[in-house]
Amino acid sequence: MNRKVKQCINLKVLSSKSLRTATVLLLGSLVLSACSDLGVKPWERDVLARPEMQLNHDPIEAGLDDHIYFSKEASSGGRGFGGGGCGCN
Amino acid sequence: MQLIKRKSSKSTASKLTNRSFKKIAPALAAASCSLLGAASNTALARGEAGTWDFEAASLFYTETDDRVSAVEPVFSATRNFEDGEVLNLKAAYDVLTGASPNGATPSATPQTFTTPSGNSTYITDAGDAPIDDTFKDTRVALSASWLAPINRDWEYNAAFYGSKEYDYLSIGTSGGIKRYLNNKNTALNVGLSFSFDTIEPEGDIPSGLAEMPHIGAGDDFSSTRIDTSDDKTIIDALFGVTQVINRNTIMQFNYSVSMSDGYLNDPFKILSVIDDTAGANFGGNLQDANGNNIYLYEARPDSRIKHSLYWQTKYALANGDVIDGSYRFMLDDWGINSHTFDFRYRWQLGSSYLEPHLRYYMQSEADFYQRYITETEYNAGSPTLTEATSDYRLGDLDGMTVGLKYGHKLDNDHEFNMRVEYYLQSNSGDNGIGLLKDQNLYPDTKAIIFQVGYSF
Repeated sequence: MNRKVKQCINLKVLSSKSLRTATVLLLGSLVLSACSDLGVKPWERDVLARPEMQLNHDPIEAGLDDHIYFSKEASSGGRGFGGGGCGCN
Repeated sequence: MQLIKRKSSKSTASKLTNRSFKKIAPALAAASCSLLGAASNTALARGEAGTWDFEAASLFYTETDDRVSAVEPVFSATRNFEDGEVLNLKAAYDVLTGASPNGATPSATPQTFTTPSGNSTYITDAGDAPIDDTFKDTRVALSASWLAPINRDWEYNAAFYGSKEYDYLSIGTSGGIKRYLNNKNTALNVGLSFSFDTIEPEGDIPSGLAEMPHIGAGDDFSSTRIDTSDDKTIIDALFGVTQVINRNTIMQFNYSVSMSDGYLNDPFKILSVIDDTAGANFGGNLQDANGNNIYLYEARPDSRIKHSLYWQTKYALANGDVIDGSYRFMLDDWGINSHTFDFRYRWQLGSSYLEPHLRYYMQSEADFYQRYITETEYNAGSPTLTEATSDYRLGDLDGMTVGLKYGHKLDNDHEFNMRVEYYLQSNSGDNGIGLLKDQNLYPDTKAIIFQVGYSF
């Protein structure tokens, strides 16, 4: 393979990497700037503070379910760590 | 009236923010603190600072067809400290009995299997799904988690976990850090977890793809064993964003990666070797010189990397009801990918509530999953394969859960709740050749889940 071709390939790899980095940075900025427009004022948290509005409002039930599905299916985790902890799978 | 209320709230905004956020913070942190068993274990700060909250629950799980049955009582204690720290201690105890599929295919003739210990045999009748009914285990799991603010914008959590079964030990630790942004409407989580599991099965560790010995025929059991125990390490990393959308909506996105290394086989699972030579036994069990069916122990890769994307949204309706929806996409380097949809609707009825639950799960099979091994692949005892499993949990499957939960809050802020759910799992795949086509290779798994709980 001659040097020009190698350089061309390297440039392609570089530009694809740069493109990916730029895309990630752009998306990240967009997400964060979009997030900054979302949300509530501190005195508007009454509904969100209700126990049933917590994302994991029943950790015991979630733990038991994780145990059941870990032993029956090939997937685990997502909400939290998938980890080990059981010889059931 | 509303305006007056708002005004008065605004004047105590800072106090309210701190108090509300102390309540919401542990739940926001749950994503970065949930080892299995200690799963999502950062309990909610239900009570006031300086007090303990307790929660007791018991799960009853029963599969139909005399398969697995489990009882699992759990007790959780949570201490909420003045400065926002939260300590959670949890203990669980499992008792499992029943029978588990051993991986072999049903057959037109009775089949004799050697138990995992090598001390005895069991027989499966013609046409029946081969299940090992010597399955029995108890498990104790203990966990502790700690969550604390570092300052106004940062928070950390740490957890320790340990569980012991008759033949299995698991210990683990996890930690995470969280950064609040945008007036605490956004939270970024990073978490790391490390687990070390050791298995010491009854009858030791069989060699992958070795033939199951027929002890009644005088086969040497020990020659198929490679060690008395083995282990695996699991490292998980989780990156999450939690975002308050508006006064009624909160959303969470997580990406997690899980890397397992070591012994990932199930030492109790075997595969049938099926005759694929044209003739009267085409599709029947291949037999050895003594007339015994040939079965091989499964062999999986010794590493696995899983990636998961998780999204959850909670939305409060004006009437007080809450909608909770989530979706998870998982893919791994074993060729499995899965989709999990979960939906709950909390229907508030004064101090009680009803919560219908619907969960749908679908999974594709692992690259090395196959329902049986052919005589050609068996290759007269020198298999052409290096990896194979017929464990239905690594096959093509769909799972559906339908459930209903009822809860009632008592005057003293205690809560009683119970739920009943029905789980149906259906497998599918290659339907076999010749004689095997007459057998049901993919029986459904049906289970009833009942749970009762009390928090005080």
